[in-house]
Amino acid sequence: MSRAKSLPVENLRDRVEELSGEHVFACYQCGMCSAGCPLTEEMDRLPSQVVRDLQLDDPTLLESNAMWVCASCLACEVRCPKGVDLAKLMEALRQIVLRRALDNLSVDGMTREEIRRLPQIALVASLRKKTG
Amino acid sequence: MNAIPYFPGCSLKDSAKPFERSALFVMERLGLPLRELDRWNCCGTVFSLTEDDLMHHIASVRNLIRVQETGATELVTLCAMCYNTLARVARRLDREKEALAKINAFMDEEQDYKGGVKVEHLLGVLQRRIGWEALAEATSNPLDGLHVACYYGCTLLRPKDVSVDDSERPKVMEDAFEAVGASVVRFPFATECCGTYQVVDRPEISLERSARVLRSAARSGADVIATACPLCQHNLERASDILKRSGESPPLRIAYFTELLAAALGADPDALRNQPQPEATMHVTAKGGAEHG
Repeated sequence: MSRAKSLPVENLRDRVEELSGEHVFACYQCGMCSAGCPLTEEMDRLPSQVVRDLQLDDPTLLESNAMWVCASCLACEVRCPKGVDLAKLMEALRQIVLRRALDNLSVDGMTREEIRRLPQIALVASLRKKTG
Repeated sequence: MNAIPYFPGCSLKDSAKPFERSALFVMERLGLPLRELDRWNCCGTVFSLTEDDLMHHIASVRNLIRVQETGATELVTLCAMCYNTLARVARRLDREKEALAKINAFMDEEQDYKGGVKVEHLLGVLQRRIGWEALAEATSNPLDGLHVACYYGCTLLRPKDVSVDDSERPKVMEDAFEAVGASVVRFPFATECCGTYQVVDRPEISLERSARVLRSAARSGADVIATACPLCQHNLERASDILKRSGESPPLRIAYFTELLAAALGADPDALRNQPQPEATMHVTAKGGAEHG
């Protein structure tokens, strides 16, 4: 998101570890998460690259779309040989943006019919994941 | 009569009415009816994944308090997303007493939640409380010749500590369908994500994933794909519509697993419709004699 470029975050890695309760250096970059992720083709960085960029404390990570594409399906979480919960890292990245009141979703452009057609759990889940 | 406290959640009262009504029918027939929890509210839909975000657990905790007020220690869900959210909140608060104390202090209009409520999915209840033999005995209309692909998706299986079965190779739904005489087909996308809530603002993401699930099930020889989540059901139905319009039409119906079980236990076969409508299901319940208001 371009808005995220105006989001300087010092010590991004520390903040993500604090919010997620996960240790990014536990990851040894085997790539299992990226191999099993059903949504990688929509991401500008692979899930394993997101973890690598956290290890490197790369502030441009907040510009990536990966965290908004990740749907917390947890395929990575059950398969990680090091027990890293990548979905929690993704959630921490989303929360860092959302807690600055920068939403990633607006339903303003949707028609009543479009909203009506969706199951309630779709609307509530997307608002929970993409708005603050 | 024995009855189990049951949490419907929002979608089962609206887009997923056939899911609820067929499940109520099934459990009535099996002699272990579901009793809707009084004053339930939205579960929160997704489990908060940050350590400090206790606030978003409160919706689930209120429901757990409603259970506690009845003296019960278990809560059954049908919707896979409700199951996941409620079960994860219950487990986290059983484990983290400090988080529980904070939430209780915040909710000073409620009695304290003491912990210990076990959240179950209906599949687990069928397996452990009813059993496959009893389900087979109750079957009046075996689903002979019907090839069922069981689609679990994500939230019934992950993370492992709330999984209803083995996270990678589940078989509880298959066991249920074998008990009622159906033929189950294995397909590789049974535990793959349907694209979930991305359907709201990135529908192409969800519908491509759901189309892959459908094609995979169809190529495995399925006549019907069984779901346990209103959002999986919605995404698969929309993907199926698109495949049909584009001329690629897998000959596959999409139904809640309880609709198929209800048919096996004597409900009207209209419950097997690809796009179940509330009217059709009311017909089923009226005919099956399990009317719920």
